[in-house]
Amino acid sequence: MQIQVNGAAREVPEQITVLALLAELGWADRRVAVERNGEIVPRSTHAQAVIEAGDRLEIIQAVGGG
Amino acid sequence: MTIQKDPLVIAGRAYQSRLLVGTGKYKDFAETRAAVDAAGAEIITVALRRVNLGQDKDAPNLLDVLPPDRFTILPNTAGCYTAEDAVRTCRLARELGDWKLVKLEVIGDPQTLYPDMRQTYEAAKILIAEGFEVMVYSVDDPVACKTFAEMGCVAVMPLAAPIGSGLGIRNPYNLRIILEQATVPILVDAGVGTASDVAVAMELGCDGVLLNTAIAAAKDPLLMAEAMRLGVDAGRKAFLAGRMPRKLYASASSPVDGTFFE
Repeated sequence: MQIQVNGAAREVPEQITVLALLAELGWADRRVAVERNGEIVPRSTHAQAVIEAGDRLEIIQAVGGG
Repeated sequence: MTIQKDPLVIAGRAYQSRLLVGTGKYKDFAETRAAVDAAGAEIITVALRRVNLGQDKDAPNLLDVLPPDRFTILPNTAGCYTAEDAVRTCRLARELGDWKLVKLEVIGDPQTLYPDMRQTYEAAKILIAEGFEVMVYSVDDPVACKTFAEMGCVAVMPLAAPIGSGLGIRNPYNLRIILEQATVPILVDAGVGTASDVAVAMELGCDGVLLNTAIAAAKDPLLMAEAMRLGVDAGRKAFLAGRMPRKLYASASSPVDGTFFE
């Protein structure tokens, strides 16, 4: 199924969880925050949160800024 | 009164440093950290952005270099043009680092980076209701600054001049009015260019200064970071000492009596 990750289209398996997606991308256990369709996905629920086709995910980190 | 016993208190937490610095525009993380240390800053701002999915996962993260257990991380809403995006950004910040102290800025125009006050009020209202501690970037308008304080912002941060302009304190009289009416810490945020600018802000009675470009864009950022630290200290001490009144005519420093020449 197709989803959007950080603005780019991406093919992922059905029933994939947020945690599995982060692992696939290499961002599990990193200092990131995840938003799905404009709503926060709390870290404590990453393992249970199942992604659906068409979901828009944002994976966000802290960067230098003023 | 000494500087050591004169903490800056924001949202109930005391800080020894009155210089808050941004972490943008440095050539690398090592320089960022060195500048923060040279500035003696305890509160540092960060921005929130998408991770680069193609980047080297083992590359250091900003927070590895500036650990949150050592510094107070102040996530900003830079780049937001709507209250909605600013609120989203703050919610992501709270999720990312459990940070509820945030720097709210909602920009209204890309050329001046002046805040969109209508959007900023709206965002502040929502964020305060959600339990965020809001330090708000504002125009240097006494009514606006007073309104933010009454709404429950923990600090109000009027601009001295446009962000990144280095033009210095353009309206000291407005700042004086804002400071006279202040019920929360007032920090000058944006527009200072060099150490004398921060000294002027502190002499006026500002509680602190937040800056980024003035250090990062200096030829020698680390030396400028130190200069800014000293400028803040000098200005604060001068404010506490209370300057002499300005007079139109001279007043001799040496005794007028006891001269031995006719």
